Amino acid sequence: MAELTMVQAINLALEQEMEKDDSVHVLGQDVGVDGGVFRVTDGLLKKFGEDRVMDTPLAESAIVGMSVGMAIAGLKPVCELQFSGFSYFAFHQLEGQAARMRWRTRGRYNVPMVCRMPYGGGVRALEHHSESREAYYAHTPGLKMVIPSGPRNARALLVSAMRDPDPVIFFEGKAIYRAFKEEVPDEEETIPLGESQIAREGDDLTIITYGAMTHRTLEAAEKLAEEDGIEAEVIDLLSISPLDDEKLSESVRKTGRVVIVHEAHRSFGPGAEIIARINEKSFYYLEAPIQRVTGYDVITPYFAREQDYIPDVARIVTGARQAMAD
Amino acid sequence: MPRKKIKLEHSIEYLSILDEKGKPDKDLDPKIDKDTLLRMHRTMLLSRRFDEYQLRWQKQGRIGTFAPAKGQEASQVGSIAAVEDDDWMVPSFRETSVALWRGTPMSGLLLFNAGYNEGGEIPEGQNDLPISIPVASQITEAVGIAYAMKMQKKDRLVVSYFGDGATSEGDFHEALNFAQVFNTPNIFICQNNQWAISVPREQQTESRTLAQKALSYGMPGIQVDGNDPLAVYTATREAAERARKGDGPTLIECVTYRLSVHTTADDPGKYRDEEEEEKWEEWDPIPRFQQYLKDRRILRKKDIDSLEEEIDDEVKSAWDEVEEQIESLGDPLVMFDHLFEERPAYLEEQRQTMKQYREDKNG
Repeated sequence: MAELTMVQAINLALEQEMEKDDSVHVLGQDVGVDGGVFRVTDGLLKKFGEDRVMDTPLAESAIVGMSVGMAIAGLKPVCELQFSGFSYFAFHQLEGQAARMRWRTRGRYNVPMVCRMPYGGGVRALEHHSESREAYYAHTPGLKMVIPSGPRNARALLVSAMRDPDPVIFFEGKAIYRAFKEEVPDEEETIPLGESQIAREGDDLTIITYGAMTHRTLEAAEKLAEEDGIEAEVIDLLSISPLDDEKLSESVRKTGRVVIVHEAHRSFGPGAEIIARINEKSFYYLEAPIQRVTGYDVITPYFAREQDYIPDVARIVTGARQAMAD
Repeated sequence: MPRKKIKLEHSIEYLSILDEKGKPDKDLDPKIDKDTLLRMHRTMLLSRRFDEYQLRWQKQGRIGTFAPAKGQEASQVGSIAAVEDDDWMVPSFRETSVALWRGTPMSGLLLFNAGYNEGGEIPEGQNDLPISIPVASQITEAVGIAYAMKMQKKDRLVVSYFGDGATSEGDFHEALNFAQVFNTPNIFICQNNQWAISVPREQQTESRTLAQKALSYGMPGIQVDGNDPLAVYTATREAAERARKGDGPTLIECVTYRLSVHTTADDPGKYRDEEEEEKWEEWDPIPRFQQYLKDRRILRKKDIDSLEEEIDDEVKSAWDEVEEQIESLGDPLVMFDHLFEERPAYLEEQRQTMKQYREDKNG
């Protein structure tokens, strides 16, 4: 057991899996000598050599396309795109090849690859470096979409993703890469993809969130308990697709009140789908309209104004009070 | 010395072995064995007749849009015949002759063209990728597969196909660059058929050849007469030898011509004149190859006649087979298969909804 940041925990997952399974390859820009721009792959080159830790030329589409080919032919590539804002160069490879290969060939080929990329704001970065566009991938049939919220679950989810027989998009919140440490056991842990976790138990209100927003949401939940005596249940989704409908239903049916918090843009964002699922399965248990606390439908602003865009504790508390008021 | 010349040695080899009439350059003739030559000829002819039947069936509404290979049979067969059966093949969407050479049943191709993705199933043991419709998108996959072969120390290379238009796509350049940087066993076959739908080769790029694009990646490139199966074969064979020795990838530009439509949704009359088509008809790869085979006394006229009859029956019976298959493929629920190894709950729910809806509708 060691206290690790999320960067270190992801590194641990990669290292242990590469040790265990020599078909796992890491590839991307600057992932070798430099250890990745966020140092997530630090030390791997030295340990596993340049055949398995591949510093590639600067081309997102080929990084993903090459990974698809490697996966078809029996390797397990884990590719890194430097920022999710650059993943659109590779979007057609993810949508047009990775996601479709199993279906197109009626199961003859599958694509066991993981595409890791940092997402989200909060680190005072440049344009294209701060977005939260998980909806693109969650909307695409054939892809799984995973977003951990901290070191321990990041490690466990990445191990599951690397062992998954299908392509997984793995978003890593930049704001929580090094924000805090957690105990991460040395021995292997996995979390099934599609399974959420209850980050805080409560009976009055369900707050659904994921990724970096989980921490602000938990803070907001404490504030609600202190100031309003409201006990909020916080669900940390972990997987955006598949969504853990079951756990959402259970909680919603218990509390009857729901707030969804995400950094992603509001319109057609994950929250919209979550509301639709709740309506389909648990509408009659609801006691109030579901509230959304999200990023706005604007280009994610430059960093001087990014904190006004990203939901903060006060906005989450306001959303929760609104959900309790009706 | 603020200014000086950096000397670059640039030249592209051009290879042609058969002349217009099918007479070979004796020194360059790769002397392919008789069985292989006959198989190459048969595949080219089958591909041509299959295209012709499919055009008819498309007009009758039996199948949907497809891209005929007419005119490009030598580029396709000449290249695929030069590699081993267990090498990998990554097609774009016009490689009918390649598919037939590899053993893909005509019924499968027809079924695919009739709108059933069961037709895209690749026979077990055949290391082929399915057709890839977005232009150039498949070339990066070919590099990934080749890298995997290298890592797994398998003596297999990857032949991938694309057209002249693809050389304008970013993925083409990214793929070639990656292949050279990682020194992968790839053979890139560019079928320069002169037209990317309505855009002519000269408007696609100002480069004098497409083969020379390899040079900017430090890769060997060669231009061949793509309507000459012997030239295509020779260039591919050499590329294969290099790849197997660990000397990396090659780009081969096959100069050919799309004698037919881009796809059945296209009308070339709108953008090119018949004169040009007639000129290229004279370079039709099939009669040239037949002349060569006749001159070498490998094939006689009566052999061709009986082969034509055999092929005619084969194509027609492939359709009969497909008609039978289609009758058993009514169940649209298969669209929910093979998205993931295990079907997640939300998909199963949607599948059940469709199932219920169909049961209610059909009473």
